[in-house]
Amino acid sequence: MKSLQERVAALRPSLPAALGRSALPFLIAIGLAYLIDAAIGPAIGATWRKILLDVGIAILLAGSLNIVNGYAGQFSLGHAGFMLVGGYTAAWLTFYGGIHWFGVKGTYGGFLGAGQLLFLGSCVLGGLVAAGFGALVGLPSLRLRGDYLAIVTLGFGEILNRLVQITDRQPKRVEDVQGRSLFELANNLGGAESFSQIPGYTTLFFVYVFAFVLLVFAYRLKYSSRGRGLLAVRENEIAAEAMGVDTTRAKVVAFVFSAFWGGVGGALYAHQISTLSPGELSFQKSIDIVLIVVIGGMGSITGVVLGAAILVILPELAREFADYRMIVYALALVVVMILRPQGIMGVRELWDTSPWRRLVQRLRGGQP
Amino acid sequence: MSELLQTTINTLAVGGLYALIALGYTLVYGILRFINFAHSDVVAWGGWLAFTVAGAAGWLAEDGAPVFAVVLVVIATMGLCAAIGVTIERLAYRPLRSAPRLNVLITAIGVSLFLQNVGLKLFGNRPRSISAGTALIRNNEPIAAFADVRILRFDVLPIVLSVALLIGLQWLVYRTRMGRGMRAVAFDERVASLMGVNVNRVVTLTFGLGSALAAVGGILFALRVDLQQTAEAAWVVLGLKAFVAAVVGGIGNVRGAAAGALLIAFVEVFVHTYIVKAFPGRLWIAQLQDIYVFGILILVLLFRPSGLLGKSSVEKV
Repeated sequence: MKSLQERVAALRPSLPAALGRSALPFLIAIGLAYLIDAAIGPAIGATWRKILLDVGIAILLAGSLNIVNGYAGQFSLGHAGFMLVGGYTAAWLTFYGGIHWFGVKGTYGGFLGAGQLLFLGSCVLGGLVAAGFGALVGLPSLRLRGDYLAIVTLGFGEILNRLVQITDRQPKRVEDVQGRSLFELANNLGGAESFSQIPGYTTLFFVYVFAFVLLVFAYRLKYSSRGRGLLAVRENEIAAEAMGVDTTRAKVVAFVFSAFWGGVGGALYAHQISTLSPGELSFQKSIDIVLIVVIGGMGSITGVVLGAAILVILPELAREFADYRMIVYALALVVVMILRPQGIMGVRELWDTSPWRRLVQRLRGGQP
Repeated sequence: MSELLQTTINTLAVGGLYALIALGYTLVYGILRFINFAHSDVVAWGGWLAFTVAGAAGWLAEDGAPVFAVVLVVIATMGLCAAIGVTIERLAYRPLRSAPRLNVLITAIGVSLFLQNVGLKLFGNRPRSISAGTALIRNNEPIAAFADVRILRFDVLPIVLSVALLIGLQWLVYRTRMGRGMRAVAFDERVASLMGVNVNRVVTLTFGLGSALAAVGGILFALRVDLQQTAEAAWVVLGLKAFVAAVVGGIGNVRGAAAGALLIAFVEVFVHTYIVKAFPGRLWIAQLQDIYVFGILILVLLFRPSGLLGKSSVEKV
């Protein structure tokens, strides 16, 4: 008879098979993103293409905030700061790097050419730098709860904003840039004026690749033991600690992940609108993202997607009322908090809802 | 020596302003245990309502206005802002009295946004001037000037007003029945209601008081700088400084708010006088002035969360 170890080993899938199963959602994600970019994009007209792009970026931003606000229950109001860090870092790399290595100021190369690869790298770099700041922001969260944490994260967002504003101006001529190394130029982020002429690498493909990867990431995080730890911290931190969850680590990790994806979102945003100005990425922007998470449902991935779609598409449809947009948002926030504080989905996902369950049961042929 | 005196006067003036606004935060926190994000917007409305009232009464003319007019405007604005505060409490915060703190916080943000944007629509988005040329108060002349020290009218006003209001508040909270009720609710809401304190009335009074004080703060601030639009960061920064003052002094504590306000004002005046002027042209130091507020807040919250005059409470499981 085989030993226990041999029997266990036989049940475990082989390494290549396991890797394949693990990577499958990501391959599907890339495929879907390509489909959106190549097939759906051209078919829907310029306005709706832009809306689709905005929704994708909103999913990235709100999905990342969801990790710290929704899963871990730590109220962060400084997400725009991570966007800022990611965006500026990525822009620094593509703008100055583009001039250094390709000699041009605009986009360079075709699909997955050198320019786009640089862009990809810059998004990841932006995310990593933002993640570093995320760890920094996460540290005070260990001693602060609720209201105070919100104010401190707000403060961090504003500090990052101010820090960008004290950098030097952005040299825009190719000759000015080529004489100086990238590291020297790290201080030339435009200061209080904007950082402009960022090459427009953002396409539906990249946005949705990152968005879908984030969604898979969020899903896997939520249903992992680490994710359950985060949810436990959200519900009752003391009980979680008593149950053996390392709340310290959980909270900092939540901030780091959230900041990474926020930075990626910021990088994509920067390369979409081509001009980054510190005034735009302030408290107001953080609130916009919080709004999506709150209305969609704090902690729910489908909720975040729904919220992003609603809050990007509705203002487009109600163009004439643009003046009253913020007032409506504000009222919506108050009303939602009073009448349905868990948002549309709460912590549940689409597949947790009863209509879905009934549908699945019926499809499986069980009794209704 | 004269510079020291000038610094002191500036500190008292700015500190008085911060104290008035900080009191609003600290009173509400003491009773309801939540940070009223919308408070800075009530301050903004105070400034703008004063401007509107004074304008409507024709007192913004070139030759200024008599003293009694000023008093009337201030009182009227206090009343209006108190009404706003009470309404906010009734409509947005009372339904969430027993909800988790996070929900109330989000609601407060919503209320804040609402006030900002309605204010934007109502009052327009151009900064206006409530003082100087079109004088609400006749010129900002020095009341006394000796050596290099100038005591401006605009300095005396906040000092006098805030001292008077602080004394009044102290009397209210510690010498009246209503004040005893406020302290009781701050201590333990449920037991206070068992003892016959009308919690709703106490909360209403607190919001009304805090908002009235905020109105005065808004007017004083508007006299110092031009009235910025309600959605402008200037008001948020002002509110934030006052909030930090409340936290530093010990939130929930009336005297703490005053102490904290003086401290924050002192640091601000100090930074401005000695550091900013010593490095002229170094723009980044001016930007640091906003950062230092958050820096102080973070340091206080990390190392002495109960503030200077607060009592530290242990969280029981």
